[in-house]
Amino acid sequence: MRSRRLAPYWLSAPALLVYAAFLVVPMGAIALISFQHFEFYGGIQPGFTLKNYAEVFGDGYYWEIFGRTFWIALVVTAACAILGTFEAIVLNRMENPWKGLFLMIVLGPLLISVVVRTLGWALLFGSTGLVNKGLALLGIDPVQFMYANIGVIVALTHVLVPFVVISVWASLQRIDPAVERAAVSLGAGRAAVLRRVIVPLAMPGILSGSVIVFALAASAFATPAIIGGRRLKVIATAAYDEFLNTLNWPLGASLAVLLLIVNIVVLQASNRMMERRYKAVFNEGGT
Amino acid sequence: MAHLVLDRLTKRYADTAAVDQISLAIAPGEFVSLLGPSGCGKTTTLQMIAGFVEPTGGAVTLDGRDLLGVPAAKRGLGVVFQNYALFPHLTVAENVAFGLDMRKVPHAESRQRVDDVLALVGLVGMAGRYPVQMSGGQQQRVALARALVVRPALLLLDEPLSNLDAKLREEMQIELRRIQRATGITTLMVTHDQAEALALSDRVVVMQAGRIEQDAAPHEAYEHPASGFVCDFLGKANLFTVEGVDDARMAIGPLRIAVPESLASHARAGARVLVRPEKIAFGPPGEDHLSAVVKSRVFQGNHWLYQLDTPLGGVLVIRQNDGGLRPDEGEAVHLCWRAQDMRAVP
Repeated sequence: MRSRRLAPYWLSAPALLVYAAFLVVPMGAIALISFQHFEFYGGIQPGFTLKNYAEVFGDGYYWEIFGRTFWIALVVTAACAILGTFEAIVLNRMENPWKGLFLMIVLGPLLISVVVRTLGWALLFGSTGLVNKGLALLGIDPVQFMYANIGVIVALTHVLVPFVVISVWASLQRIDPAVERAAVSLGAGRAAVLRRVIVPLAMPGILSGSVIVFALAASAFATPAIIGGRRLKVIATAAYDEFLNTLNWPLGASLAVLLLIVNIVVLQASNRMMERRYKAVFNEGGT
Repeated sequence: MAHLVLDRLTKRYADTAAVDQISLAIAPGEFVSLLGPSGCGKTTTLQMIAGFVEPTGGAVTLDGRDLLGVPAAKRGLGVVFQNYALFPHLTVAENVAFGLDMRKVPHAESRQRVDDVLALVGLVGMAGRYPVQMSGGQQQRVALARALVVRPALLLLDEPLSNLDAKLREEMQIELRRIQRATGITTLMVTHDQAEALALSDRVVVMQAGRIEQDAAPHEAYEHPASGFVCDFLGKANLFTVEGVDDARMAIGPLRIAVPESLASHARAGARVLVRPEKIAFGPPGEDHLSAVVKSRVFQGNHWLYQLDTPLGGVLVIRQNDGGLRPDEGEAVHLCWRAQDMRAVP
């Protein structure tokens, strides 16, 4: 009887152990380090100080990095939400052999190593790359993609769009096809069905996909590091540099902690909003 | 003057015909049911009229105007779906107003029409609710209101009551009939429930395998089924085979029954006759009375349903629960019916 009651704990113990050892402990350590003092010649000093946070908040350089990070994350989120929603709607309407094939193509970026994929973009983006050659053919002046926000945004959108596609797809699957027919029978054309029925019903999927994209875009490292280079820093690359180049772990740690806090706040706020907005409409998230 | 006309309407999938050259005319204000088992083509027929399925052949006209060339969104029909298909993200009032929005009806008029139609279907005070907050019966009324508010030329009902429980279904049948009479709207309903079709319709169109078996008023179809399929599908049926006719008497098993006038042209060896279970009574032994043994007896509230073993095979009898004879299981009885209650089955 007793062992029966404890069984769930035993069964989840391995996962909890891994979670504690590889997530909670390192995160705790980072948080602790962020409150410690750094000596250029002596390394990390014991004690408690808010100096690192004061430095981040007091320096325009970091404000610029934070601003750039969230600006990029917002634009990427908006681009993914729009592109992903339409991709999911189109995919959902495809017939079966094509549906599977194109779903594979959409999810493709997730199957390729982030470094390989980003270097691929770097090749396309270069001043003599395919993209600029194409633009030249159309008579458009070359665009500076490398080491610029636009390049980072395009590359991040490419890899993050599947998250919106998958979550919108799940929402679309739950829509009763008769609802679409009902709209048509009441006089709605294609555009009206999309605008008044499909998109509103897919909205929970669009929002939850967007939250994932925002969190991943704000904390992305490899893409901004390769496309943005050392000049165009975001929080993740700035923290990396503090840790590995300047060896100022406490400052890097405080950057990482602040990024985590902002992400948690954004996630929570949007979850709250979604629950409030849709609880009355969708019974427990499904119909 | 026919209102809706189907002319040899056909839908083929690969080489099977789901709907096979159906022709049907419906008068203004009429309530017609397409009745049949699943797969008989009744829903496909409805969807071709609504514009959701492209016919393979034939024509559909409404007041003489061709309907098939018009896209579904422009046909101006009211459709009520089996699972209601309400917009879950809109309130009742917004659901009902959807068709008016699409027609760009001015706001004040739209509000008035929504209020009126909600009153008609008995949903006053529910305008602000969302569909998930309503019972099945209420959702059904919203679906009906949403279809009616645009004042469609034709109302199409796809199994409208099949998702409701028995008591609510009876209530909604009466409601549906009242609303249809009040608005005078021409209505075509698809159903597999014969009781629903008989109760609601001015005319019942029984379909099987993509074809129309019979098109008649409910009582006529029940009393004079045009085929063996119809007599089996509409209500319960006892079918007997005439073995021969001799001296104006039909031989049916051990029975010798004087040929009634109504069967005069039909009675010959091999012909089939129908006797409805509620027309059979328990009686004394006699030459034209069938001896039987009660196999099972089921009480159904207002009536008893008997299954009996007879020399003619299994026979169903329904007796009102009116205090008359009610033999026990295993008891030997004699069955009798009036000769004029026998119907010819083509």
